[in-house]
Amino acid sequence: MAGYQIDPCEKCEEVMQPYLDRVLSDAELREAEEHLAGCSSCAKRYRFEESLRQFVRKCCEEEMPPELKQKLAALRTPL
Amino acid sequence: MSGTEDEVEARRAATEARNRVRFEEEALGLSDQVYRVARRLVSSREEAEDLVQETYARAFRSWRSFTHGTNLRAWLLRILTNLNIDRGRRKQRTPDEQPLEESDYFLYNRLEQSTRDGNADEDRVVERLSQDDIVGALAGVPHDFRDVLVLVDIGDFTYQDAAQILDIPIGTVMSRLHRGRRILKRELADRATGDM
Repeated sequence: MAGYQIDPCEKCEEVMQPYLDRVLSDAELREAEEHLAGCSSCAKRYRFEESLRQFVRKCCEEEMPPELKQKLAALRTPL
Repeated sequence: MSGTEDEVEARRAATEARNRVRFEEEALGLSDQVYRVARRLVSSREEAEDLVQETYARAFRSWRSFTHGTNLRAWLLRILTNLNIDRGRRKQRTPDEQPLEESDYFLYNRLEQSTRDGNADEDRVVERLSQDDIVGALAGVPHDFRDVLVLVDIGDFTYQDAAQILDIPIGTVMSRLHRGRRILKRELADRATGDM
């Protein structure tokens, strides 16, 4: 019987976060890219994750209330 | 001679005043970014405003302990996260009590399954989520994970900065970040597919 082998898509899923955080080693990066080049299923999940991260960031952009800015300036040490 | 001593003292005081003014201006210049992080660390706008004010009051008092040339934004956030912890908001479940979260592809798979068109492109899939979904899901992530998630993914801090701000090892930052993102996706899946 053939030895146990990890499903390549499962492996690719495991390295998705470090891949997108750009902290994979060169060898791991090559391996992930080779898989992504031939696997549209993983590739679209990676693209989704990237757009999700951008969307999360965009949704959390919230202007600071101008009154707060004034209150902070008022905390400065008087000259 | 006392005249010379006075002059030396006056020069020293003038230099210190200049340094303090520069520090305060630099700190105020970062307030939008500090507020954005604070807003997602706590649940209400009022709490975030209080926290930011308290942070700046403390920063302005202890400005001498900041080493010029180091990361001021991280220094301010360290004060802010410490104040937030001091407020005793750590009464939630601890990380060890968290149920195991789903895998990283989980949210995509759930969203894809819930669309009629199984081949919907990934940009369209993200459009199924609303800002309320994101904000609500983020609030549902337990604090220990959320702190790291907010600092890295919203505040743009490096793993190293986040480790220093929260005073935890970098390995803990990485594991909490990875689990935090998965918990966020689980929360999002529950919201977006109506399975609460």
